[in-house]
Amino acid sequence: MSSNRKRLPVGGRIRREVPVNFTFDGRKLAGYRGDTLASALLANGVTLVGRSFKYHRPRGIFSAGPEEPNALVTLGSAGRREPNLPATTLELADGMVVESQNRWPSLAFDVQSVNGLLAPFLSAGFYYKTFMGPTRRAWMFYEHFIRKAAGLGRAGTGPDPDRYEVRHAFADVAIVGGGPAGLSAARAAAAAGARVALIEQDFLLGGQLLAEPSDSAAAAWLRQAEAELEDFETVALMKRTTAFGSYDGNVLGLVEQRDPTDPQPNGETRQTVTMLRTRSIVFATGAIERPMVFSNNDRPGVMLASAARTYLNRFAVLPGKKIIVATTNDGAWRAAFDLADAGAEVTVADVRAAPPTALAAEAARLGVVVRAATRIVDLHGGHAVRRVTLNGPEGQSSAACDLVCISGGWSPTVHLTSHLGVRPVYRDDIDGFVPGVFSASQFGAGAMIGAYVTAAAVEDGHRAGIEAAASCGKSAPVPAPSKLDLDETATSSLREIPSVGRGKAFVDFQMDVTTGDIELAHREGYESVEHLKRYTTLGMGTDQGKTSNFAALAAMAALRKATIPETGATTFRPPYTPVAIGALAGRAIGHHFKPIRRTPMHDWHMANGAEMLEVGLWMRPYFYWQSGRNVNEAYVAEMRTVRQAAGLMDISTLGKIDVQGPDAAIFLDRVYANGFAKLAIGRARYGVMLRDDGIVFDDGTTTRLAENRFFMTTSTAKAADVLSRLEFLLDTAWPDLRVAVTSVSDEWAAMSVAGPNSRAILNAAFPALDVSEEALSHMGLLESEWEARALRILRLSYSGERAYEVYVGATAGEQLWSRLLEAGRPFDLKPYGVEALGALRVEKGHVAGPEIDGRTTLDDLGLGRMAGKRSGFVGDVLRRRPALRAPNRQRLVGLECIEEGKRLRGGAILFLPDEKPHGHGRGRVTSVTFSPERGHYVGLALLAGDVAAEGSEVVAVYPMKGETVRARVVSPVFIDPQGERLHG
Amino acid sequence: MLRIECPCCGPRDHDEFRYGGDASVTRPAHDDPDPEAWYRYVYIRTNPRGQHREFWQHVTGCRQWMVVERDTRNHAIASVDFARKSTVRKQPA
Repeated sequence: MSSNRKRLPVGGRIRREVPVNFTFDGRKLAGYRGDTLASALLANGVTLVGRSFKYHRPRGIFSAGPEEPNALVTLGSAGRREPNLPATTLELADGMVVESQNRWPSLAFDVQSVNGLLAPFLSAGFYYKTFMGPTRRAWMFYEHFIRKAAGLGRAGTGPDPDRYEVRHAFADVAIVGGGPAGLSAARAAAAAGARVALIEQDFLLGGQLLAEPSDSAAAAWLRQAEAELEDFETVALMKRTTAFGSYDGNVLGLVEQRDPTDPQPNGETRQTVTMLRTRSIVFATGAIERPMVFSNNDRPGVMLASAARTYLNRFAVLPGKKIIVATTNDGAWRAAFDLADAGAEVTVADVRAAPPTALAAEAARLGVVVRAATRIVDLHGGHAVRRVTLNGPEGQSSAACDLVCISGGWSPTVHLTSHLGVRPVYRDDIDGFVPGVFSASQFGAGAMIGAYVTAAAVEDGHRAGIEAAASCGKSAPVPAPSKLDLDETATSSLREIPSVGRGKAFVDFQMDVTTGDIELAHREGYESVEHLKRYTTLGMGTDQGKTSNFAALAAMAALRKATIPETGATTFRPPYTPVAIGALAGRAIGHHFKPIRRTPMHDWHMANGAEMLEVGLWMRPYFYWQSGRNVNEAYVAEMRTVRQAAGLMDISTLGKIDVQGPDAAIFLDRVYANGFAKLAIGRARYGVMLRDDGIVFDDGTTTRLAENRFFMTTSTAKAADVLSRLEFLLDTAWPDLRVAVTSVSDEWAAMSVAGPNSRAILNAAFPALDVSEEALSHMGLLESEWEARALRILRLSYSGERAYEVYVGATAGEQLWSRLLEAGRPFDLKPYGVEALGALRVEKGHVAGPEIDGRTTLDDLGLGRMAGKRSGFVGDVLRRRPALRAPNRQRLVGLECIEEGKRLRGGAILFLPDEKPHGHGRGRVTSVTFSPERGHYVGLALLAGDVAAEGSEVVAVYPMKGETVRARVVSPVFIDPQGERLHG
Repeated sequence: MLRIECPCCGPRDHDEFRYGGDASVTRPAHDDPDPEAWYRYVYIRTNPRGQHREFWQHVTGCRQWMVVERDTRNHAIASVDFARKSTVRKQPA
């Protein structure tokens, strides 16, 4: 076992009987159960733990909690590797592998610390100026270098083998924070009868009480409070759980770390995200100590006073032997006393002229040297502090030391209430921001509302717990809490004035923002807090500036000669501490990322050589491998089959809506741009719907099954939107229409038999049915049964060939598919996929998604005559707007490639032949296909009306591939313009 | 994280709903030929700070369209009612 040379022989809340082994940068070290990584490193005398973000300055452990800006490490290896974790919140566990970050080749010798010498180049506003100014192009040069030099840790790139969960939970009262106020609130709320969730990010309850000696009255109070809470069956004690966000409706986002000391086999949940819905919330989130600002205040060996006290009393680590405690307030004196009591030589430098006499007396008793009206102006030492320069009434002096504890006062932790839009308000008496007005079901307690004295926090928590329970109707009588008096003085604080010597004085340690950067921002006019933040990157680190915000605000206020409230407060946003993306995703990863929809014929496709394609949530056959060696070969072969023999296509993904009711015909007449009222029973019609603004919404066919019953199909993509829109119109616009709409998309399997042989195939497959031209002409319907399921055959064509859509009850889909293929074998029937389907419709000039793109009108698509002189349908009035009728709008045209051996590409931009290809051009290619009938590439395009005359020439430019190809404007219908193939 | 008290299904997470826009605008009659009226209905919104009447559809539940009164400042929901009910009341058949 390694030395633990800074560990005291007794005390602390560590379990000395359970040693824990870990490695840091390959060094084998040991600590105890109950240690954090930070406390174990300090116990082992490791003070240099990281390099800073920009300047690669050596950094040590600064805090003892989630506010840590410096000691960020990478945990684990391979897929489990997780970067940027504060060593101060990592619970030490056996076998932990930890690496420091942002250093090369090693932590102690880092070549990029020369960045410090390039400091002027990396000053505030560097990114801003580089991106926005005339030097914009310089980024190309800088980027490579900066991305490598500046940064944090790197996540693992392999798949993470661990499991994460997302769950939902409920409570009457949630209490955020397990310190004295939170414990007291939880007890009160539970006693009042509420179901309580107590949320604590640490693996121990107690908050600041953990910084009290383990044999003190505070420790006894804590033991009792914890025991009382454990006795309540209605209290969930959620340790290792951070409330990272607070959302509307009293919802908290929580992330729970699994107990790392509990050995678990692979596959156990590593982190759990809980969305906790509550009826009321008590925020008892405490306060965060502020640093003091002086030159080189970022060196290893500079630590928050409260953190030093925590390391001493909770972890039995004495982090220094010769200690300077620099403070603006009473609180840090307690750290000085405890450190002196543990044997350190301590000097208190208090910026105040007359610190309270009671403190001075105690200092004298413990041999603590007191220097009033004294501040640190400079600090000396590289990898560890060696001495400081003090400035006091007797002038400057130098003092040797190996630890500097600083306290610039406290900032209430108002992050979570800020998430809800509760604006922080400044309180002069504590020189800090507290939450403004809470909503009726939310409460604050303890240090987060400025009650810094423990006895007051306990009282405060008690009151908040009772009120929170009462706000959910739970008000059983609650016994008074046990008193806890730690003999603290109400902490008076003097605003500290940054004292800057020759070295950099850091405000934001993680983002390497100095007082100089703030001065620069002020000089250049970025005075508002929000501008300051963006200009200097202050508070934009993974710690969100928990320790730095106030100091920066104070510095800017001083420069502007303004008060703190005049300078303003920044807005905090979730998450409070970083949350792994994996935890937020939970199990929705890989295969489970989104639902997968499969048609009734899916298994057949899989078993018969289909290459599948994701289309929205659907899996559809893209092409079949027996048709060709690649998609281009296959789709052309499948097109030929359809044009020359027959093809079978799975169209089950179409949206299908049953429209019923006495007013169904009137309803459809209003929702489609073309008329449906006079549609004969047993006939189908192609219809186009518009949006209210006159733009085309969707198209499909609707068939009249009976006087009051229609069968509507929609595009695959718009199925859900169309149904919802129809329901909207019926519920909100025309509740007087007696119509019901129901989705029947999943009830029917649908397949299209297309091609010259299609009728012969249906004859063979359904010998009992009459599918002759007379019985079932183009746009006709035949209803029957097949294998005891409903059967509908619609004679509709998308490909331009004689074709039938065959609908059957979904459970018989695969069976009928196979039956059709078998019946079609003598007629060369083969399945085809969506690539061929799309190509066939392009050849026929039918519009689809790429043309109906939410910007085109009926006229743009050449469908204006469908509406004719009709009026009173959705979108009719606004489609007549002059702008939508402008003669030069882009409209649908056909294009054919006129360069031998070249191809058109979807998305190509269209220019005139003599034009310089620059900008958005005259239009664009929307859909393309190789046309076996034409022997070259053809496409559909949207082209400005003034250059869209048939026969004119355009150039299609595809900058992604550097291609330019000449094309001729033609009719968008490339085959059978008279539609002769559809009939007969 | 809104919870909407569906009059049909009870309190449900807003993930189950689809937002349908401002419910305070008046949709012109289907055969109203006035472009101004349609322009106002489609484009003009008051964007209030405070109470806002808006449409939500319970898409993964009962599929009813609701009129929800929501405070845009804090998302507090004051009332939820079937859209059909309120529109029927306005224009008796």
